[in-house]
Amino acid sequence: MNTILPFLKDLLSMPGLSGYESPVAARIEETWSPLADRVQRTRLGSVHAWRFGTGAAPRPRALLAAHMDAIGLMVTQIVNGFLRVTAVGGVDPRILPGQPVTVHGREALPGIVVMPRAALLPAEIGEGVVPIEHLWVDLGLPAAEVEQKVRVGDIISFATSPMELSGETIAGHSLDNRASVAALTVCLQHLRGRTLNWDAILAATVQEEVTMAGARTSAFAEQPTLAIAVDVTFAKGPGANDWRTFELGKGIVLAWGPNIHPALHRRLKEIAEEMEIPFSVEYTPRHSGTDAYAMQTAAEGIPTAVVSIPLRYMHTPVEVVALKDIERAGRLLAEFLCRLDGAFIEALTWS
Amino acid sequence: MIPESLLSLLERLCNAVAVSGDEGEVRQIVLEEVRPHADEVRVDALGNVLAIRRARSGDGLRVMLAAHMDEVGLMLVAEDGDGLYRFETVGSVDERYLVGKPVWVGKDHLPGVIGARPIHLTTPEERARKLSLESLRIDLGPGRKAELGSRATFATPFRRLGAAILAKSLDNRLGVATVIELLRNAPPHLELQAAFTVQEEIGLRGASVAAYALQPHLGIAVDSTPAHDLPAPEGHENLFYNTRLGAGPAIYRADAATLSDPRLVRFLEAVAQRHNIPYQIRQPGGGGTDAGAIQRTREGIPAVSVSVPGRYPHSPASLALLEDWENTLRLLQEALNELTAEVLETEKNS
Repeated sequence: MNTILPFLKDLLSMPGLSGYESPVAARIEETWSPLADRVQRTRLGSVHAWRFGTGAAPRPRALLAAHMDAIGLMVTQIVNGFLRVTAVGGVDPRILPGQPVTVHGREALPGIVVMPRAALLPAEIGEGVVPIEHLWVDLGLPAAEVEQKVRVGDIISFATSPMELSGETIAGHSLDNRASVAALTVCLQHLRGRTLNWDAILAATVQEEVTMAGARTSAFAEQPTLAIAVDVTFAKGPGANDWRTFELGKGIVLAWGPNIHPALHRRLKEIAEEMEIPFSVEYTPRHSGTDAYAMQTAAEGIPTAVVSIPLRYMHTPVEVVALKDIERAGRLLAEFLCRLDGAFIEALTWS
Repeated sequence: MIPESLLSLLERLCNAVAVSGDEGEVRQIVLEEVRPHADEVRVDALGNVLAIRRARSGDGLRVMLAAHMDEVGLMLVAEDGDGLYRFETVGSVDERYLVGKPVWVGKDHLPGVIGARPIHLTTPEERARKLSLESLRIDLGPGRKAELGSRATFATPFRRLGAAILAKSLDNRLGVATVIELLRNAPPHLELQAAFTVQEEIGLRGASVAAYALQPHLGIAVDSTPAHDLPAPEGHENLFYNTRLGAGPAIYRADAATLSDPRLVRFLEAVAQRHNIPYQIRQPGGGGTDAGAIQRTREGIPAVSVSVPGRYPHSPASLALLEDWENTLRLLQEALNELTAEVLETEKNS
C-alpha cells in the first residue's frame, strides 16, 4: 500500500506555486505517461492523462481533477539584501516566522522567513503577531549578490522536507493538494488492465489556490459529461474539531451541497458502500471551496461531485495526511470509472 | 578557512537534540572528540564535561574555556491521546516561532509536527492574535507513544547557505565546536580547562559548579550572540543591533550578568589588532553568558565572553557566517598562544 509513498514524497519536495507549476507538472507527466493512453499539457499548464474507453464514439467522458499548485510567497521589495514578501494563496502569517523557503530567483536560493524584534517594528505590533509585510526572507548572502539574483515578483516556495509520522501518515507542505494527485495516480494504477466504457481524463490542474483557472479551462477544453474534483478537506486535530472536520485516516469524504450533482453523489456513496470503503459526508451549504465550482459552471454546465481526503493543519508547511485515505480515494475513483455506462447518463438527468 | 572536518563536527553537534537538562547527546559527541586531546576528562555531578590539557612548560596559568552544550527547546508534559502531546518551553523560546514547524522528539528523534488551525477556519480577528502555547500540540501521528518528560527541538537539519550556515542550535554548538578545536591545538605553556557546560539557557547553572571545581586563573565564555542587524523601518535607524554579521567575533564589555574584566578585553583587542583579525564590541545591554557565573565563583575569577554573531537564535533556524566563526577561532587561538599571567598583573583601569 505504500507504493505511492516515494512518488508522493517527490511531489512534496518540488516547487510548483500557483501559476508556476512546471516542475511538479513534469514529474506528474513522467509518472502518468506509462499508465495512460495519452498525456498532454493544456495551454495553461494542466496535465491531462487519457484512458480511452471501448464504447462507440463519440463516447461520454469523465473528468477527474486534482489541483497540483501550491501556496507560497512572492518578493515585493528588496532592502539591503533582505526580501519583503506577500502571500500567493491563503497563508496565515502566524505560521511564517522561521520557515525554510526556496526563493526562485535567477537560480533557486535557500532562505528562511524571519521575524524582526519588537524594536525594529512599529510600536503597535510589539510582541504580537507580525503581519506579513513586516517579515523578511534572509538568504544569508551579501546584499550585492541578492540584488543580482533576485527581482521583485520572484516566487518563493516552502522548503520543509516531508516527514513520515506514525500510523502511516505523512507531513509536509503542499499535501494540499498533491495528496489528491497521488490519489489520481493510485486510480490510474488500479485502472491498469481494466476496460473502460467511457473515456476518462485525469487532470492535475493549475492555479486552484488563486483563481481555479486550471479546472475551469480543463473542463471547457474537454467538455466532459461529468466531473469530479479530488481535493483535501479538514481533518480533526488540534484547533479543528467541529462539524466541518473528519477523522484522519478513517476514510474519505464525499461533499454534499449545491456544487454537487445528487446522482453523482449517490453513485459514489453506493460504490464506496459496496467496496467497504469508509466515508463521511461533508455538508457544504454554499461553495465547496474546490475546483468543483469552476468545473460545474464551465461551458454549458457540468454535473460535478467532490471526493476529499482528510488533512490536518491545512495551508501550513506541516500538513498531515494518512496514506490509507489516499489509497481509498484512488480505489473508489477507479471503480467509479470502470462502472460508467450508458445508463448512467440517464441517471444524471434531472426529473 | 574552516576545515571540512570541523564543519562536519558542527553539523553533528547542531543536529543533536540536547535541551537544557538533557545534554546527553551532545555530551557523547564532546567526550568522543576531546578524549584523544586531554590529559584528564571527567563528567561532573550536573553533567558538565571537564577536559583538561595540562601545561607542558611555563608557569601553569589555568585558563578555563566554557561553552554551553544545551539549547532551548520543548518538553512533553501531558498526553492528549493518539499521538498528540501538550508541551512546555525550556529556556526562552518565542512561541510565535512554534506554529507550523516540524520537531524531533526525544533520544530517537521521533518526527512530529506542531500544526495550526487551517486558515480557512479562522477569522481575521483570530489571525491577529498570537496562538497560545496552551492551544498548540506536538503531533507524532496516530498510535505513537512518546515518554512524557521527553525533550523536543525544532527539526531543522544543518545546512550550508553559500558562505553562511543555517541550523537550529548554532547557539551554542558553534561555541562547543570552537572549544573542541582550541583544545586540540592547546599551546604548551598553559593549562587549558575546557568546560562544556549544561543548563546555561535556564540560568548558567553548569558553569558555576565547573568554575568552582576547576579553579582557573581566568575564564573565557565562548558562545554565540544575537545579531539583530535587520533593516529598520523606513525613517528609523537600527539602534539596538547588538552585533552585526560579518564584523567578526563579538567581545563583551557588559551584559546583564557580567562586567567583563577590562584587562582581558584590552588583551583580546590588542591580539586582534596585532593579527589583523576583525572584531566587534557587542553593544552593552541585557543578556548573559557563562562568564557571569564564572566571574562570581569562589573568590572571583576574571572573565570575559567572546561570541560568534548569529542571527535568529532560539528560533527554528539561526544563521551565522563562516567568516565570523573562522575569525572567532583565530582570535581565541592567537589569544591563547600569547596569554600569560602578566595580562592579569596590569592595573584594571590603566
